[in-house]
Amino acid sequence: MTHEILIAGFGGQGILSLGMTLTYAGMIEGKEVSWMPSYGPEMRGGTANCIVIISDNKVSSPILTRFDMVVAMNQPSLEKFESSVKPGGYLLYDSTKIVTPPARADVTTLPVPAGDEAIALGNPRVANMVVLGAILDILEVVPVASVLKALKQVLPERYHAMLPLNEEALRRGTKFSRTPCEAGDSPM
Amino acid sequence: MGELQLMKGNEALAEAAIRAGCKGYFGYPITPQSEILEYLSEHGPPRGMTVLQAESEVASINMVYGAAGAGARAMTSSSSPGISLMQEGLSYIACAELPCLIVNVNRGGPGLGTIQPSQGDYFQSTKGGGHGDYRLIVLAPSSVQEMASFVFEGFDLADRYRNPVLILADGALGQMMEKVTFPAYDPEEHRILKPWATDGARDGKERRIITSLHIQPEKMEELNLRLEAKYNLIREQEVRFELVEAADADILIVAYGLSARIAHRAVDLARERGINAGLLRPISLFPFPTEAIRALAERVRGVLVVEMNAGQMVEDVRLAVEGAVPVRWFGRMGGIVPSPDEVLQVIEQMDGAPQETVAEEVYQ
Repeated sequence: MTHEILIAGFGGQGILSLGMTLTYAGMIEGKEVSWMPSYGPEMRGGTANCIVIISDNKVSSPILTRFDMVVAMNQPSLEKFESSVKPGGYLLYDSTKIVTPPARADVTTLPVPAGDEAIALGNPRVANMVVLGAILDILEVVPVASVLKALKQVLPERYHAMLPLNEEALRRGTKFSRTPCEAGDSPM
Repeated sequence: MGELQLMKGNEALAEAAIRAGCKGYFGYPITPQSEILEYLSEHGPPRGMTVLQAESEVASINMVYGAAGAGARAMTSSSSPGISLMQEGLSYIACAELPCLIVNVNRGGPGLGTIQPSQGDYFQSTKGGGHGDYRLIVLAPSSVQEMASFVFEGFDLADRYRNPVLILADGALGQMMEKVTFPAYDPEEHRILKPWATDGARDGKERRIITSLHIQPEKMEELNLRLEAKYNLIREQEVRFELVEAADADILIVAYGLSARIAHRAVDLARERGINAGLLRPISLFPFPTEAIRALAERVRGVLVVEMNAGQMVEDVRLAVEGAVPVRWFGRMGGIVPSPDEVLQVIEQMDGAPQETVAEEVYQ
């Protein structure tokens, strides 16, 4: 089994650390993994994305153009990468940051109100963990327990007081993915 | 093997340098390899390494010259424009026959270019980027694991042949994260005597001179001949390559580094479609796996070279194939990475093309 995922959004939304946490969890599970960041002249407020591959087999190309799942955490990313989802794949997005929802009928669209959920939890910065929770529930790529272990490694120690909040955000995220819009439905 | 870690290619390479017993790192920051200097600045000195940010790349390579001359394991790293600045020093080091490690995390060029991945420095790396007749041993990693492993191998090769070794990576390999384990490697066990090192003439030791100036033509040619003999020995002994699905291949792809990873995927996609594609990945770019390519060229219908440049390694592949079968080239430039689908399209064209059509394209 191979999962090929693209995660995209604004710089500062925790896109790269989301991907890194997922990748680390894959390694803990004994999978073959790769994490490929976009590393252009990116800055806070600019765009950022990373490609995460988690597989039972050796990962060949770490850079791809078609994905099993695209995760978009802002409107520009959705517009840029909507066409990169393989037919039958998943397009998961933070619905609180999307004005124009995706139009493709041949993929499953998954609106997750990650921004709102994170604010409800008291910290908008954990929106990426809400999204990660949703990813885990849909793809069943790695168990939540491994992700929590990974989070401890990825999050710098000075932020370890934030671990319980991240865990809560992760668990909240798992609720939303179970009500996907089927292919062709309007997500709004 | 040690503990499994998830690391960036640049960090894995830097960690390997410390474990390989590198005593001196001299460098100047440039994207996409600044993590090497950053990592070594933090972790090198407490573990016995001198880490110095020089005032320029020209200074860096000459500091490597000095440290290597004193017999220490020494290295520098940079990216394309910075490596260009080092070429004079590299030529001197090659002439003085000093072992050291140079790392080029290739970015798009020419000029200051772009910070995105590229393989545009193949010619510079393999044909002697500086002046005079010299060769570097060039190793091309294609994974984070190899970014680490080739540091150990590189230092050993450099010591064995008294020759600078270049690790030619690219921006993506430097920035991406993969699993890596570090081998059990005791630098003391790999330490060899360096009876030429200028490490002090106290206690009545004989005077030793390291120089790249040989003003008498007869002396210079003598050195040239000795270097050529050494390079020929390296050609005999140190060719490294990997084969993927090559045994029954009709179409053989030749690609190195990141391009080889992309080509590997394209081979898998082609096989799913019933096309017998295979891959030869040169690991050592000098010495080049000429014989292996020549042997395979006798069994395949066509060869495809995939590179992130305007067509550089393809020249060496054509020399190896010697016209036995058509050789096609596909690549992207400017920091654009070819996609497996693009490579697949070319494979499909080659598979469907009558022999004459493919042959014509060789000469375009």
